[in-house]
Amino acid sequence: MMHTIYDKSKGGRNVSAQARTREHRLDIPDSQLRETPPNLPEVAELTAVRHYTSLSQKNFSIDTRFYPLGSCTMKYNPRAAHKAAMHEGFLGRHPLLPDEFDQGFLKVRMELEAHLKRLTGMAAVSLTPMAGAQGEFAGLSIIRAYLNAQEQETRDEILVPEAAHGTNPASAVMCGFKVREIPLVASGDIDEQALLAALSERTAGLMLTNPSTCGLFEQRICEIAQHVHDAGGLLYYDGANLNAIIGRVRPADMGFDVIHMNLHKTFATPHGGGGPGAGPIGVVERLKPFLPMPYARYRDNASIELEGRFEQGLAAHPSSMGRLSAFGGNAGVLIRALAYVRLLGGEGLRRVSEHAVLAAAYVAKRLSEAGFDLAWPDRRVTHEFVISLKKQHRDHGVTALDFAKRLLDYGFHPPTNYFPLLVPECFLIEPTETEPIEELDAFVEAMIAIRDEAAKDADLLKEAPHDLPVSRLDEVRAVKELDLGVGSD
Amino acid sequence: MPYIPHTSDCVDTMLGRIGVPGVDTLFDEIPTDLQLERIKELPEGQDELTMLRELAELANLDPKLTCFAGGGSYDHHIPAAVWDITGRGEFMTSYTPYQAEASQGTLQLLYEYQSMMCALTGQEVSNASVYDGATALAESILMAIRSSRRAKRAEQLEVLTAAGLHPHYLAAARTCVSGQNIRLRSLELGEQGISRHALPDDNPPLALIVQQPNVFGRLEDIDRLANWAAERDVMLIALVNPLSLALLKPPGSWGEQGADIVCGDGQPLGVPMASGGPTHGFITCRKSLVRQLPGRIVARTLDTQGRTGFVLTLQAREQHIRRAKATSNICTNQGLLVTASTLYLSIMGANGLKEVAARCHEHTLTLADSLCAIEGVKRRFEGPVFHEAVIELPRPAQEVADALAREAGIFAGISLGHWYPELENCLLVCATEKRTASEIDAYARALAEVLAK
Repeated sequence: MMHTIYDKSKGGRNVSAQARTREHRLDIPDSQLRETPPNLPEVAELTAVRHYTSLSQKNFSIDTRFYPLGSCTMKYNPRAAHKAAMHEGFLGRHPLLPDEFDQGFLKVRMELEAHLKRLTGMAAVSLTPMAGAQGEFAGLSIIRAYLNAQEQETRDEILVPEAAHGTNPASAVMCGFKVREIPLVASGDIDEQALLAALSERTAGLMLTNPSTCGLFEQRICEIAQHVHDAGGLLYYDGANLNAIIGRVRPADMGFDVIHMNLHKTFATPHGGGGPGAGPIGVVERLKPFLPMPYARYRDNASIELEGRFEQGLAAHPSSMGRLSAFGGNAGVLIRALAYVRLLGGEGLRRVSEHAVLAAAYVAKRLSEAGFDLAWPDRRVTHEFVISLKKQHRDHGVTALDFAKRLLDYGFHPPTNYFPLLVPECFLIEPTETEPIEELDAFVEAMIAIRDEAAKDADLLKEAPHDLPVSRLDEVRAVKELDLGVGSD
Repeated sequence: MPYIPHTSDCVDTMLGRIGVPGVDTLFDEIPTDLQLERIKELPEGQDELTMLRELAELANLDPKLTCFAGGGSYDHHIPAAVWDITGRGEFMTSYTPYQAEASQGTLQLLYEYQSMMCALTGQEVSNASVYDGATALAESILMAIRSSRRAKRAEQLEVLTAAGLHPHYLAAARTCVSGQNIRLRSLELGEQGISRHALPDDNPPLALIVQQPNVFGRLEDIDRLANWAAERDVMLIALVNPLSLALLKPPGSWGEQGADIVCGDGQPLGVPMASGGPTHGFITCRKSLVRQLPGRIVARTLDTQGRTGFVLTLQAREQHIRRAKATSNICTNQGLLVTASTLYLSIMGANGLKEVAARCHEHTLTLADSLCAIEGVKRRFEGPVFHEAVIELPRPAQEVADALAREAGIFAGISLGHWYPELENCLLVCATEKRTASEIDAYARALAEVLAK
């Protein structure tokens, strides 16, 4: 029986973290007051601590398991970066502090901006977007604002490869664009002929991830950039896979005009069970006037100000795409990123991409030698790669999902599965640079062992996982019953 | 090699197995002119001690001010257990819980969080967070338009906001919805810092946004606004401070029918101010609107052996399934902050939360009284407030606030002239439960001195 915190609640239990209750002067009319208290759990602090500690132990996490989740860059994030950001001198800062009393944090912003500019080759960086998808929204809004300023309002199409992350088309639609998907050719690269055919006076831009979501470097990226620019469009870089090229290749040199980075993937903020992240964007010179508010800048040699700390309305910054959130973005994530860049330095960051690619190539080679099918065997893998379990599906009737669930029993978090969608029964595997070779080997051995199991007893896979707190869950029932909270029915 | 575990032997083993002479060969599909030997001007790596020392110096660089500012970010006490447990590696270093069997901890926690947010706001369903309060408002507007029966026939997608909506929220919402041709129009601010009583009678908007308490801390006449909206089939969006709901009427009970959508920022619930982020935005709503709700949603269900378990549900709304037709582009949200708020609400309970809310409110009233005892200082607006109040000074507030910061180490509040030129002499002040009687006294004495100069 799974008990929620509500099951452990008992009316009248006191809280120890706050002073005892007493009568207060309220001066609030009765008509504005709550009639009955909210149904919150009433538990002793120890009960809450035990309850959530024991819940935490039901999670797989980087701290406990190998987590080769393609496209997510689940690597070890140095604890020192976390510690730096959790300093009370950072946590205690109000977002509307006078600039004069916020110099420490503003220096963090300026230094991180400078590093990110160098690493990407972009002319300017905005740190405010709070996640990759918000970075996409911001970057596309900048493209929209730029085109409008050029009196090119009729350019209303964003092109994306068919294998793009789902956020790409969703962000484009949020910005008011129409989306056109471009197919891939057999080599996994974008179909250049189809791209040329799709480009027109309606094209606002092309969004690309490079290396792509197939784990392949787009070999003709410079030519692709040329085509898009020739057609009057702009090139957007989805930085989800920056870990593959960091310190070696800069998106600006590939011809990209606007990019976002996922600091929570490449730069040391752990995923937190679904955030927070940060999705800073970088732009080329011509797009600089359209960056979102606020941003830090030197007022004079000695002091920094956060321009737009207080919203001044549209008139104050007429060309800016506007404000993305209440304040200046996910500051804590920015601090972690700066700590990480400082710890690794330029050379260390280059080693990140080298070793991320090395580890992926090694696991790919071992799996391929063991008889697993690489989706693109003739291509170099990047920091991640795709295998197809179509053969195992055909021979033993087991699916990629069955493999994934059985991996859980072996103590591994499964790779991303069924993405990219165009490869049947696929795994997208990203080992990252921080896993020791023993762990990589153990993962390969587990894959081999599971395939052997599939040959002997497919049900072992189909009924997996066997050793976790729950077995497979009934998602259809979840939708039908729609029990979304205690007391929701 | 910091954080990279491979010895040169390991590297050789891997290269040998792959069958390449060196790591550079692995990059041979990348045009060589794109590959840099080194990126210029990046620093040398620092050891952990040096990095921590230097970042601590930045953290400590500025004199710490005693905080009397609110305006969307509040200096509350956070019980020690909240971040001790939130910071556990199993919560902090796990991914979005797509693999349900390996994520029951996070999933059950989110289910409990959803329960708590519904209880606070008086709504039926909750999502598992968006980025912050302002983006929660933006998403709520998009959601209201999608849900509005009248939107299909409307010539103009118009949304009305009550006066006193936080200007940053309004600006962020405008940015996020401008691509959808939605027009935001604000009601006029009345003399007493709440919406003027003149609501439009013809051509009602598709949705009405009411912030309660509003940016001035004032309590709007919510029942009247809610009934006006309900009678005209106008979707009602409530923007609230979740802590206030320990005391104030939950939006689900506003007027005869309650709000349709409730949103806000979870920062007051166990999340540090941290320069404004990360916090988390919340959205709750009627169950009938759940398919329009953006973000992750967790449901309770059964496993193959009949045991209770939790899963992400209604994923067909989301970008990774629906792509261009998704309800929102949101992917990574603010999971860890939700964890902190869930811990906070569990530890506080309804009584603890009410106690904090009442103390904040009482401290603010005490502060406002102390300041208004000074000659030339008065309350700007009459009528009830929660937790924040506007005081008017005899001269421009920013000058006075600067002097208080420099001379007395006090962050005196938000100078409202930044947002409303006509309120140039006004300060928005807030004293949370953390502000002591002596800090409040010190503020009043320092203000008297500054004004006497």
